[in-house]
Amino acid sequence: MNEPDPMTTPNRLSVAFAKPHPALVCFITAGDGDTAANLDALVEGGADVIELGMPFTDPMADGPAIQKANIRSLSAGTTTADVLRIATEFRGRHPDVPLVLMGYANPMIRRGPEWFASAAKDAGVDGVICVDIPPEEDDALGPALRETGIAPIRLATPTTDDKRLPAVVEGSEGFLYYVAVAGITGMQQAAIESIEANVTRIKRSTDIPVAVGFGVRTPEQAGEIARVADGVVVGSALVELVAEHGADAPARLRELTAGLAKAVHSAARASS
Amino acid sequence: MTDQPNSFRNQPDANTFRQMPDERGHFGDYGGRYVAETLMPLVLDLEREYRAAQADPEFQREFDDLLEHYVGRPSPLYFAERLTEALGGAQVWFKRDELNHTGAHKINNCIGQILLAIRMGKTRIIAETGAGQHGVATATVCARFGLPCVIYMGAEDVRRQSPNVFRMKLLGAEVVPVTSGRGTLKDAMNEGLRDWVANVHDTFYIIGTAAGPHPYPELVRDFQNVIGKEARVQMQDRIGRLPDLLVAAIGGGSNALGLFHPFLDDPDVKMLGVEAAGHGLDGEEHAASLLGGFPGVLHGNKTYLLQDEDGQITEGHSISAGLDYPGIGPEHAWLKDSGRVEYTAITDEEALDAFQLLCRTEGIIPALEPSHAIAAVAKRAKDMPKDSVILANLCGRGDKDIFTVAERLGVKM
Repeated sequence: MNEPDPMTTPNRLSVAFAKPHPALVCFITAGDGDTAANLDALVEGGADVIELGMPFTDPMADGPAIQKANIRSLSAGTTTADVLRIATEFRGRHPDVPLVLMGYANPMIRRGPEWFASAAKDAGVDGVICVDIPPEEDDALGPALRETGIAPIRLATPTTDDKRLPAVVEGSEGFLYYVAVAGITGMQQAAIESIEANVTRIKRSTDIPVAVGFGVRTPEQAGEIARVADGVVVGSALVELVAEHGADAPARLRELTAGLAKAVHSAARASS
Repeated sequence: MTDQPNSFRNQPDANTFRQMPDERGHFGDYGGRYVAETLMPLVLDLEREYRAAQADPEFQREFDDLLEHYVGRPSPLYFAERLTEALGGAQVWFKRDELNHTGAHKINNCIGQILLAIRMGKTRIIAETGAGQHGVATATVCARFGLPCVIYMGAEDVRRQSPNVFRMKLLGAEVVPVTSGRGTLKDAMNEGLRDWVANVHDTFYIIGTAAGPHPYPELVRDFQNVIGKEARVQMQDRIGRLPDLLVAAIGGGSNALGLFHPFLDDPDVKMLGVEAAGHGLDGEEHAASLLGGFPGVLHGNKTYLLQDEDGQITEGHSISAGLDYPGIGPEHAWLKDSGRVEYTAITDEEALDAFQLLCRTEGIIPALEPSHAIAAVAKRAKDMPKDSVILANLCGRGDKDIFTVAERLGVKM
């Protein structure tokens, strides 16, 4: 990349999704294990976007793997300040890799949405995914994020019908996260036909990139989805490696991420 | 008053405390629909179907009929003469919702919600439960209507409340012990939401209190306000006027809203909601979300929550498992801020004393939840004139609690 003019630089998320290949989005939970080393391993393995999970006591959209990661992190004493510090240090080591915080509303709005947006901006965060703030409650966080220049990244699901879709797409920036299954994270994978049909449907109503997640575990699955989407999100499979391998997790994460990246980056897109 | 006291329909006027929520499901700053996108279309469907049911006389007729003949409504209004004498102040009256089928007010709401579920064509029911009262009420209506039923219950609560677990199983429900988190009521609710999100096509979630995403707080209140509507008529019949003070215990807050709501626009009727102070509000071992918590978002609504400075939810404590929830229905949050309802808290010890007081003065074994209300009544009655009238909601019977009480009194059973 050429040295960019800071005033006209497209944000890191736009750059990541403007690459000639689909983007690999990798999730781990902040404060679960040696997060800095684990995040570096994801970047080294080829992740295009990092999603950093903010731990919460009540992660009701998550399956067992990420629930346990939340509990491990909180049991280790992880605070919001720790999450922001992890983000700040990541940004220092990786100035160009997009970083998205993902989590639940309550920890994000506890000190007020403006406080959170500003602290996240200072930490070099590019986008925020909040699981339990649908478009109907956007006021709780969305305006503060937009004001600060952080992308509010919305989720669309198999239950998001055509009538709701415009409202969901309207407030989303950076990318749209298509949740492939009506369910929780880390469980079964949706049929590729259903994913393709839904991504096609969503892309008819928006120009922003669509990344697909929930239930994606292997390079094969990721590669298949990458043919029909702009990005693929992998979370639980990575989080499980952190749980199983502790201090040895970075090597395992690098290995899986490299496999995922190879599959995603080499996928021939079915359509533009 | 409506001419059908059992009807759940509201007839709000302008400038009232009874208009809430607004069309977005907000009670002032509180309430709302803070759910994952997967559930949003479901929650919107539920609202549409609830509006249609409200306008459908046949739905109301069926609801009223079941309340009368299956639940046993109207519940009696009872003057507690010996308790009044013992306290030496205001007259104490009880709304006897512990005499309902299944022994608590919970059944009122379950009847309403299962009728909605059937109306929506749902074929599978799920619910969360803490002490097991809502689980038993849900299992009961599922048996009555022949629908399969899955009850999520914290593993710790399954252990503590084995008689209710057995009751649910007798009624044909599947009881799933929840080990995620700390295995208590809030974790059971998380698990209920996880089930719902994965089974949206056929499943109806019967939430047990006036909380959760809109329209749950509104519809649970509407199904429960039969308590206050009956009490209003009964008070007029018995003493020719309305009570001076209403008192009810608050966990999630459905029995209190059920009693309070029909009186909210009667300015001379004061109201007192009683939270669980556990071991005391000065420590962390309590379940008083309003008096000891801060506004936040959990389980689909914005309301007062027990939480730390980072917004992590903390565990409540109360001797009463039914009050042991770190949140509170959003309408109570709004009623607190508006000043219309006063809130106080009662410790485990005070509730235990009140439990025994009612046993001995009135021959009624109350649940530990309304024992908190009775303790608050005992404190207030003394300072009120003898011609004043307190009406408290006796929202559940105490059979389920005798083991807990025995343990606390050092009695081996």
